Amino acid sequence: MTEQEKIEKKEKKERIPRQGMPEQDPKARVTNFDEVPTGYSPETAMLEARRCIQCKKPGCVSGCPVDIDIPAFIQLVADGDFIGAARKIKETNCLPAVCGRVCPQEDQCEKLCVLGKKWDPVAIGRLERFVADYERKAGTIEIPALPASTGKRIAVIGAGPAGLTIAGDLVKMGHDVTIFEALHKSGGVLIYGIPEFRLPKGIVDAEVEYLQKIGVKIVTDAAIGRLKTIDDLFAEGFHAVFLGVGAGAPVFMNIPGENFSGIYSANEYLTRSNLMKAYRFPEYDTPIAKGRNVAVIGGGNVAMDSVRTALRLGAENAIIIYRRTKNEMPARAEEVHHAEEEGVQFQFLTNPIEYIGDEKGWVRQMVCQRMELGEPDESGRRRPVVIRGSEFKIDVDTVVVSVGTMANPVIPMTTPGLDTNRWGYIVTKDETGETTRKGVWAGGDIVTGSATVILAMGAGRKAAMAIHDYVMSL
Amino acid sequence: MHRVTEKVTLSENIVKTVFEAPDIAKKRKAGQFVILMIDDKGERIPLTIVDSDPVKGTLTIIYQVVGKTTDQLARLEVGDLIQHVLGPLGHPTEIEGIKTAICVGGGVGIGVLYPIAKALKEKGTRVISIIGARTKNLLILEEESRSVSDELHITTDDGSYGRHGFVSDVLKDIIDSGQKVDRVFTIGPVPMMRVVANVTRPYNIKTLVSLNPIMVDGTGMCGACRVTVGGKTKFTCVDGPEFDGHEVDFGLLMSRLRMYIDQEQEARELCRCGKND
Repeated sequence: MTEQEKIEKKEKKERIPRQGMPEQDPKARVTNFDEVPTGYSPETAMLEARRCIQCKKPGCVSGCPVDIDIPAFIQLVADGDFIGAARKIKETNCLPAVCGRVCPQEDQCEKLCVLGKKWDPVAIGRLERFVADYERKAGTIEIPALPASTGKRIAVIGAGPAGLTIAGDLVKMGHDVTIFEALHKSGGVLIYGIPEFRLPKGIVDAEVEYLQKIGVKIVTDAAIGRLKTIDDLFAEGFHAVFLGVGAGAPVFMNIPGENFSGIYSANEYLTRSNLMKAYRFPEYDTPIAKGRNVAVIGGGNVAMDSVRTALRLGAENAIIIYRRTKNEMPARAEEVHHAEEEGVQFQFLTNPIEYIGDEKGWVRQMVCQRMELGEPDESGRRRPVVIRGSEFKIDVDTVVVSVGTMANPVIPMTTPGLDTNRWGYIVTKDETGETTRKGVWAGGDIVTGSATVILAMGAGRKAAMAIHDYVMSL
Repeated sequence: MHRVTEKVTLSENIVKTVFEAPDIAKKRKAGQFVILMIDDKGERIPLTIVDSDPVKGTLTIIYQVVGKTTDQLARLEVGDLIQHVLGPLGHPTEIEGIKTAICVGGGVGIGVLYPIAKALKEKGTRVISIIGARTKNLLILEEESRSVSDELHITTDDGSYGRHGFVSDVLKDIIDSGQKVDRVFTIGPVPMMRVVANVTRPYNIKTLVSLNPIMVDGTGMCGACRVTVGGKTKFTCVDGPEFDGHEVDFGLLMSRLRMYIDQEQEARELCRCGKND
């Protein structure tokens, strides 16, 4: 029987549609920061899991950057063994509750699900989220038996997705791992960037606690490059270093008036709201501008997070300003859909060229140009071209610039022998992330530029194997 | 966790706090700063390190009580804890090869200027210090400043101590007297730094200002601390904190410093109410 026949047989037998996930009503959720989708029930999860036809050569696994044995965990869900399913995922992915929420499954595992050719793919991400949440809530998170200590010390710089992954992997191989994090809390972009309504911070905290329980040491408030250089770490006795510092520096557009008060980088806006909990000011001390007319420049996931944060902070008009059209937006379809449901407005084919401020230096208006799409550029997307004479103004009191990030130069600057490319990203010799400096590996956004949580985790995983081989050969 | 080891009230609303931060104390150079956060609900604020003791493993900060966080900081007594301290941040002051420098400090800025004057003096620079305050009892670090200066001039706005007038008046007199001055360092309220930069501009004396804008992470990640210098955007945390005073857009700096003035007042009021409970 071919796979196709198997599907048809199964469909005839059961005809289970892809199971939706309940969500908070859009009108209610814009007034709070609680998570939008509320997750599957055990019954729904088992029903959805039964849709999987257990392919012999599963496409989904080849689409997963960390090679989760997807059919195996889904079978366990179908059998009702949710804890077993969670442990199956954790064999290769230490952050399933995070990945089940923020991975772009539609471009990875689910894109390659054979059911998707004729019907809808199995909701792999939702199932991953369900089992991870189930295990966490059940309080049965297992501490694996660890091998004897190798006596090798490894420093991981940055407690984001790449750093947390590699730390977990290396500690499970018996190494002594210390993460150095510049902020006061671990999680990197998971904690400062992605909002509570998309990734509750309690989940990130639980994942970090798990790593600490299995022996990972975490030093927060440690600005490596300033407090200690990479050379200092080797001198202190570390055998290898992994750099997972992210592409943390915000990009501005360098247009007139961009430094007026009320204009933020997305990094700052989200850091204030998420890390510093400015949405709970004055209970928390950090303030944030609660604008009535908020414009967010950009069309990526970070722009969607920013504009939806603006709505929850009370904006009357929260507008995405994007220079191409909806089709070219890099944001996930699900995020755009959620934003639309919540009342976000979209100004496509529009680009700001200047800000106008008041006598106090606060932004009041944004001068924009209309664009049209021309020939495709090197990214394959059609290049936006200015329509002459199309300038118009939009009234704004808060602006969030979300047009990308670049490499932070502090570590490369203070680490002799560590080569960077012309954009400041760290040069790696191969896919393990080995850098030009002996004993130093790098992975995640500081190598690739802004990408996804799961790709950074994949990089951490590959580097873990290489670092293990290296330190054991010393 | 960082234990407070000393606290001294220097004037009506200027306080000195010494706390443990051994790793930072080992690395810190003059001109660098820390970001501190008193507790997990606190704000992250930048403060210049005034002094460090690598043996005792302590840092000294001097600050003016202006908002909730500094108010709370000023109430920490010996033995109390500051939860988070990140540093040393920013570029150290360039102090090499300067024959004569004038250090112009105003208000709480005198505290921030003192380590620079001290470092210059240790490098053999002839240091002329001009320190000023609104009135006599707001003047801080007179003796410390004297100990690291070849000449010390004092001004008060109301004439209650030293010369009646502004630090910039003394600066102009010294320059006009024909002394060769290689560098001016000035730290104080933004309007004062602007005036000082305006005094030295016609003489083409390189004038460095140390800026203290609002920051969040302090590592170049957020851009809250951006300033316009010579028409270009700079991040104070990683590009500064010192910049060429002749190039800084002080008006912009001042307006950005006032960005959260309403919320700051609200937070401080609430904090005070809480205190009276």
